[in-house]
Amino acid sequence: MAQSNSFKIPIGPQHPALKEPESFSVALRGEKILGVDIRLGYNHRGIEKACEERTFLQDVYLIERVCGICSHSHSTCFVQAVEEIANLDVPKRGLYIRTLFAELERVHSHLLWLGVAGHEIGFDTLLMYTWKDREVVMDILAMLSGNRVNYGMNTIGGVRRDISPEQIQEVLKGMDILEEKTKYYIEVASQEATIINRLSGVGVVSKEDAIRLGAVGPTARASGVDRDMRRDDPYAAYPDVQFDVILDDHNDVYGRTVVRLKELMESYKIIRQLLKKIPDGPIAIKAPRKIPAGEAFSRYEAPRGEDVHYVKSNGTEKPERVKVRAPTLANVQVVKHMLKDRYLADMPIVIAAIDPCFSCTDRSIALHRHDSRKRDVVIWETVRLAGIEWYKKNGIDFTALNKRFMARLQK
Amino acid sequence: MAALLNMLVFPGFLFLSVFGMYCSFLERKLYARLQSRIGPPWFQPYADFVKLVAKENIMPEDANPVMFSLMPVFALTAVTTAVLYIPIWGTQALFSFTGDIIVVLYLLTLPTVAFFIGGWYSTSLYARIGAVRTLGQLFAYEVPLFMSVLAPAILAESWSLSGISLYYSQHPWYCLFNAIGFVISLVAMLAKLEKAPFDIPEAETEIGGGCFTEYSGRLLAFFKLALMIEMVVGGALLSSVFLPFGLASGPVVGFILFLVKSVIVVGLFAVAHALLARLRIDQILDFCWKLMIPAALVQVVVNLIIKMVIR
Repeated sequence: MAQSNSFKIPIGPQHPALKEPESFSVALRGEKILGVDIRLGYNHRGIEKACEERTFLQDVYLIERVCGICSHSHSTCFVQAVEEIANLDVPKRGLYIRTLFAELERVHSHLLWLGVAGHEIGFDTLLMYTWKDREVVMDILAMLSGNRVNYGMNTIGGVRRDISPEQIQEVLKGMDILEEKTKYYIEVASQEATIINRLSGVGVVSKEDAIRLGAVGPTARASGVDRDMRRDDPYAAYPDVQFDVILDDHNDVYGRTVVRLKELMESYKIIRQLLKKIPDGPIAIKAPRKIPAGEAFSRYEAPRGEDVHYVKSNGTEKPERVKVRAPTLANVQVVKHMLKDRYLADMPIVIAAIDPCFSCTDRSIALHRHDSRKRDVVIWETVRLAGIEWYKKNGIDFTALNKRFMARLQK
Repeated sequence: MAALLNMLVFPGFLFLSVFGMYCSFLERKLYARLQSRIGPPWFQPYADFVKLVAKENIMPEDANPVMFSLMPVFALTAVTTAVLYIPIWGTQALFSFTGDIIVVLYLLTLPTVAFFIGGWYSTSLYARIGAVRTLGQLFAYEVPLFMSVLAPAILAESWSLSGISLYYSQHPWYCLFNAIGFVISLVAMLAKLEKAPFDIPEAETEIGGGCFTEYSGRLLAFFKLALMIEMVVGGALLSSVFLPFGLASGPVVGFILFLVKSVIVVGLFAVAHALLARLRIDQILDFCWKLMIPAALVQVVVNLIIKMVIR
């Protein structure tokens, strides 16, 4: 290192900045990053393959363990696909409870992220404050489902637990507390000089690049990409509620912070509406053991971005193929782009800003060949095109939505 | 014999270690309370030290063994020596000569250099980046620190710490002229002690532990102890230059006042730690050279003018 003026420093697979094992090999000149090599795959658990060995119902619980934070996202995404294949009409109340959990999960995930972001820029006070407040929503989740992280709420055809009017009151009380706190954090984020200094202008990705690299979720929305599955492809109870899709034009980590904070406010709004409108009735219908042959593609707006599940059934009680594309995979290429020509000191926060969940991502197809260093990747575009074609065949046309995307493909 | 006692027991090594660790506890406790945590019990730093000393020393294969194991002791010696020239319980330090204020400032710089050399010779990438950052930061805060600490000396017309505190305890209100210098030197001292928001050299989320990445056991304990003692000595230096109230009122009162002042300075450090995020190295250089140095220059000019008016 002393001899040449550029050198490589390994960040990971074990590093204090990373909560999960992933390898970033960073080429540095002084403090400046010349390039980053990302290597995934340290946490591959073979869940997709394991799903093929189990029944659909068992898979719900397995899929829920794809991610520790967005567990409900993955299981909902999966059951939605199965319900579509089996043509099940899920009762309204079940859908409302599902959506309620989805939003509570977003609240706890975004609060968690805010704390992690504070920690990465050496501002541990923010971490301690947000994680203390996060306990409010964790307690609510524990009260409703009995669990803090893997709720076990979803089942094929609905949800497994009902909520009582007393519980609704408790949730509303919690939302009032959290709304107050979130307003305070928005104030802190817009005024505290060291936070703004460390976050603004860092990890910039333009709107064009965000679309080109396929960014999803808050990462994309902070670059002004108007993309939210809850509105674009409504599922569960989202058609019944009013909310705004938060966009920001900062294009940097600061923008991502603002988007997440404002999304928290939207989540409280959604939760209040859901609890007000929740209809009476059954929470689930009985699903058949054997799911008829067919395939489905399910999209879901997880806290980190669009989550995609593909399920294929061959008429038996076990799926023929399950494919999970976690939001982090879509965002990980953006990280590489964001880190170029930045300082090493920005690296932890830039990586953290996409709210990465590497163990989710490792379920995706991103194979490194050890001998030839070649990569086998099922490109996101291919999957997406297949989805569009499938929906077209079923009489639903997303062309208007994806005009920009199609125009680029034809180029 | 008396000199040896001064060196090893009071106000030297033993007193400084015990008080330094206690200050470290206070800082951690206050920091924790500000974050609505419970914080460590009072004996935590002592227990940490004992535990670290008892641990195995691991040295990287490629490291230079002499430099690697010498540097922690070197840092510790430098900070312990510095205290002998600082007036603690009266206006007179144990030893003093004209120009000792500069010697003290240099003795307080030595640990930073020791961190750099120790980090450099431990041949780990993280340690080397940390070492380079330590040195980069040194160039940022050292100039404003020197300028702001030396400005009161201009007014006191004395280049020894004892002389300065004697002058200011005779004219206590003249301290107010040095207010800018006090703020600047507090901030610079924060950077010197590598405390947040200037904890760049050991930013754990970026480069592990910086210079200390490869250190373990006894040697790490010495480094940590050197930093804690530096905190006390730095606080003592600032209070003898900027806040020499009550030093003339006898050793016991003076000593208690010294403890109180040190604790206040440590409290300010903890508040800064809790309120601010870590800056980047380029932001620190900008901040120090564009803001702190002009301000320190203003302080020097102010003192020159006042000196012309008063004398």
